[in-house]
Amino acid sequence: MLELLTTDFFLYALVAGLSLALVAGPLGSFIVWRQMSYFGDTLAHSALLGIAIGLVTGSNPQLSIIVSSAIFACLLALLDRKPAIATDALLGILAHSTLALGIVVLALTDSVRIDLEAYLFGALLTINPTDLMWVIVVAALVAATLGRLWNQLLSATVHMELAQIEGAQVQRLNLILMLLIALTIAVSMKIVGVLLITSLLIIPPAAARRLANTPEQMAVTASAIGALSVITGLLVAFYADVPVGPAIVVVATMIFFLLYFYPTRQK
Amino acid sequence: MEELDGDNRVLLRARGITKQFGERKVLDNIDLEIKQGQILTLIGPNGAGKTTLVRITLGLLSADSGSISQRRNLRVGYMPQRLHIKPTLPLTVARFLRLGGHQNDAVIADCLKKLHVPHLVDQQMVEISGGELQRVLLARALLRKPELLILDEPAQGVDVAGQAELYALIDEISAEQDCGVLMISHDLHLVMSATDEVICLNHHVCCHGKPEQVSNDPAYLDLFGARTAENIAVYTHNHTHEHDIAGAVIPEEGKD
Repeated sequence: MLELLTTDFFLYALVAGLSLALVAGPLGSFIVWRQMSYFGDTLAHSALLGIAIGLVTGSNPQLSIIVSSAIFACLLALLDRKPAIATDALLGILAHSTLALGIVVLALTDSVRIDLEAYLFGALLTINPTDLMWVIVVAALVAATLGRLWNQLLSATVHMELAQIEGAQVQRLNLILMLLIALTIAVSMKIVGVLLITSLLIIPPAAARRLANTPEQMAVTASAIGALSVITGLLVAFYADVPVGPAIVVVATMIFFLLYFYPTRQK
Repeated sequence: MEELDGDNRVLLRARGITKQFGERKVLDNIDLEIKQGQILTLIGPNGAGKTTLVRITLGLLSADSGSISQRRNLRVGYMPQRLHIKPTLPLTVARFLRLGGHQNDAVIADCLKKLHVPHLVDQQMVEISGGELQRVLLARALLRKPELLILDEPAQGVDVAGQAELYALIDEISAEQDCGVLMISHDLHLVMSATDEVICLNHHVCCHGKPEQVSNDPAYLDLFGARTAENIAVYTHNHTHEHDIAGAVIPEEGKD
């Protein structure tokens, strides 16, 4: 155990995973409260298209994922404001078409051999110092923004018009929240991959719900559950030789079910 | 939104508000004016455009034509018609009330006490009853120390005894804080006793005036039916003004 902590790749993986888990708590809580999980899926899937575009244009892969996710977030925010068809249908179309398009484009650029599985399910143990830096910078930015706008975001989540009348700029807040989700997803692809990232955003808050009496308690508990899942998942993956991303998600799911079926205290 | 000059008791004035949704004209040339310390009630059948008019005065919706002017930096307290808290969101009543701004616990406790629901402070929002929720929403609006209170069916989901009490409370608050109140209501007989002025709305202003006038107005009787109207007990209340024998308001001097 102690030896593991002195190995670089394990340490990088641990710090990256924990940084993500800490911001995923509060950010994921908003996704749960606002019922935006399908939105998160769509953004995550479209990130694969971002990678493909980055490869084709030969730009920095991390940067191209971030930029394309941000553009997708803005587009979705616009579509959400003036829905032409039901939002869930629209998200369903976009989520799968961008995923399919991303894989097709990736297959066409066969000059560059890329590890598709790593993008789909994560490759936390291959994380390098540059990746780690991106995760830490984005996590810090997301945490700072959420902290600053917490009360307003919460107020707009509870009742949009009431928040607006009390002076909150709800459209701007919605856009900011979507951008924060996009950024977080963009940097965490290597950690759990596009297919699993939403689960890491949603399962910890869902598990934390029954333990919390206030929104803040739920966010903090979700962060703790996320961190516990990351640590346990990493250890399981390392000793049982299974993929890390799925291991983390499995641990989080087990915590969710444990808490879900744990008898409620009587009031 | 335009500004009104400051040396006036008028808080908000709407002129010639017209709004159309597709082919349907919802509001046609509506005028209204709310003064400090005055309670103005919008009544009318379902779909008459009451909520639309309120949303326009709040600035949530823009009118097709007409103008809204209000006092500079008008502080508005708003009580929405509905509030649905999702069960995924743990939220105590106190935390909900703090969302409106930064209030300390003592101020919140005081406000809930005034609305006769001090016991709710640590309850979860999803667990309180409809009537209690209405009082909590009113508390949220009041905590902003509003100059103008806008209430969309404040007594919805409240039992009959509670409704009368709630209207009496709104009346009391308006007098005590000298704030204007604009409210929508269906509860004709209850509203009549706690309002200074009534606008009877059905896409256009059918009739308006003091409650006693409106309840005898042919347009009003036509809209709600004479039988309903007969059952309405009207009494004249005098919290901010008094009437002379002819029914005109006696101007009050020297009262603060």
